Amino acid sequence: MEGKAKEMKQSSAVKLLKEKFPADILEYSTPFGDETLLIRKENIIKILKFLKETPELEYSLLLDITCVDYIGQEPRFELIYHVYSFRLNHRLRIKTKISEKNPFIESSTCLWKNANWLEREVFDMFGIKFKNHPDLRRILMYDEFEGHPLRKDYPLKKRQPRLPGAE
Amino acid sequence: MGEKLKRRTKRESLLLNMGPSHPAMHGTIRIMLELDGERVLNSEVEIGYLHRGFEKTCENKTYLQVLPYTDRLNYVSPLINNTGYVMTVEKMLGLEIPERAQYIRTIMCEISRICDHLTCLAAMAMETGAFTVFLYMIKAREFLWDVVEQTTGARMTTSYIRIGGVKSDFPKNYKELIKKAVDETRKVLKDCHGLLTKNKIFLNRTKGVAVVSKEDAISYGFTGPCLRATGVYYDVRKAHPYLIYDQLDFEIPLGENGDNYDRYYVRMLEMEQSLRIIEQAVEKMPRGAIEVENIGEILEPYQAIKSARNKKPSQKIKLSPNLEGTEKEKYPHILTSDKRYIIPPKEDTYTTITGLISHFKFFMKGHGIHPPKGEAYFSVEGANGELGFYIVSDGTDKPYRLHLRAPCFHIMSALEKMIQGGYVADIIPTFGSINMIGGELDR
Repeated sequence: MEGKAKEMKQSSAVKLLKEKFPADILEYSTPFGDETLLIRKENIIKILKFLKETPELEYSLLLDITCVDYIGQEPRFELIYHVYSFRLNHRLRIKTKISEKNPFIESSTCLWKNANWLEREVFDMFGIKFKNHPDLRRILMYDEFEGHPLRKDYPLKKRQPRLPGAE
Repeated sequence: MGEKLKRRTKRESLLLNMGPSHPAMHGTIRIMLELDGERVLNSEVEIGYLHRGFEKTCENKTYLQVLPYTDRLNYVSPLINNTGYVMTVEKMLGLEIPERAQYIRTIMCEISRICDHLTCLAAMAMETGAFTVFLYMIKAREFLWDVVEQTTGARMTTSYIRIGGVKSDFPKNYKELIKKAVDETRKVLKDCHGLLTKNKIFLNRTKGVAVVSKEDAISYGFTGPCLRATGVYYDVRKAHPYLIYDQLDFEIPLGENGDNYDRYYVRMLEMEQSLRIIEQAVEKMPRGAIEVENIGEILEPYQAIKSARNKKPSQKIKLSPNLEGTEKEKYPHILTSDKRYIIPPKEDTYTTITGLISHFKFFMKGHGIHPPKGEAYFSVEGANGELGFYIVSDGTDKPYRLHLRAPCFHIMSALEKMIQGGYVADIIPTFGSINMIGGELDR
């Protein structure tokens, strides 16, 4: 009975994805009512592209890309995409795991233009490297800054010279 | 720094540096321009000059301590930021808040939205040479800020919307106060419409400048007035109604061309809708605690503390003037009844041992508010667009990760494209029309 109720709540996008890419979806959950899918890293662009370009879904607005550092866990990082569909009036969260040893993932700049800055921010703050990104540089910190400040092992009160070379 | 512009497109073009400290830049950003005479060939926008580690700081603060930091994100409409953060936490806690508090939040959010739009348009008008409009709009903002000041006690750093409700009830004379602010703002809007909307100089400066197409706007992640100026119907208040927006009657104005003029016009119309919302909400708001005239014996705080050593005083206790509106009898109307998430009334804290204990339990390290494990995203319609908070909780009293979806971050990433091919003189009004707020952009 409970399983049935859960099934009912699933949005059409989730159902379609489960049909089309059964091997790529690792987990489906609804924490606090937000539909969340955990996707295999290798096929993330394929799935985002499917969500964006399938006519009956049209998740055309990329709301956000961000990252969480689960230090001590393997894989360490979790990349989070929030996409929104005007047609379905629905928000979907897509997550994928990235390990510390291999912090590479395909860039989504080919799908959305705002992915450019969002991915630069994730690179700046977490050191995740996006393949095929046109301009992967720091965005909020300056180029000479060392380390990635939002990683959990970056000390809260660590100081670095404001201007490179100056003390 | 200027990486992209190292390769100039034309040999005789000029590189010009605008900002980060430029008199016309409201906010510190830097634009490197490649110019051919007055035309912008290429540009590169550099942000981050106001980065102060908001997200890192929040990871090391308790859920209550994060609240004042959210004031400083968009410092023209702090109340909307407060609401966005607080409602994300409430979503995780599953809190229900009293109806009156929801109405108060709605009214305060709409007042903030008008203030934000007024500030944005005032600056934009001034940049196109209309100084009178600037003065008029700032005048209207003062009337609105009077309401904010009398209700919250501060003009900008309000921290007024609290987890579980609001800090205090409206002042006694709130109806007259809000009515005055609404009337004055209406007058100013009418004047500004007269001065700008059909003004030939203003039209020439803004029509067809910095045009963004519908497709581009969506691809760049535009939300708010900038998206609606291109004709896309999307407003969080309608798409995912929160507070009491689904019970109110208002419209979402749309533009057509996505140029500077439409961004101006959509904001002008939106302010009128916000005024409508405020009027309706004031009308429909449920009654709060009845004002008890201070008759009979009233204890000064020191007398109350003194007499509480023997026995809990039965008389009414006077509160300090800056706690006005937080009297104990007002609590059920403005704050949730779940005692775990709210600060106990000051009358109890100073006169009873249970009040004192729950006060300490609330503020002590490791106690306080503990949302359950998990992650939540919640967004409200900020003045610039969808303002979303993404919070990951690990079950402790501090957020494991807090991320802000800043609306103007996405819009700023399109600035390079918007000013390309235009004149240098149009950069500043374009920049004004997207209403960049440094605190929110750089976090």
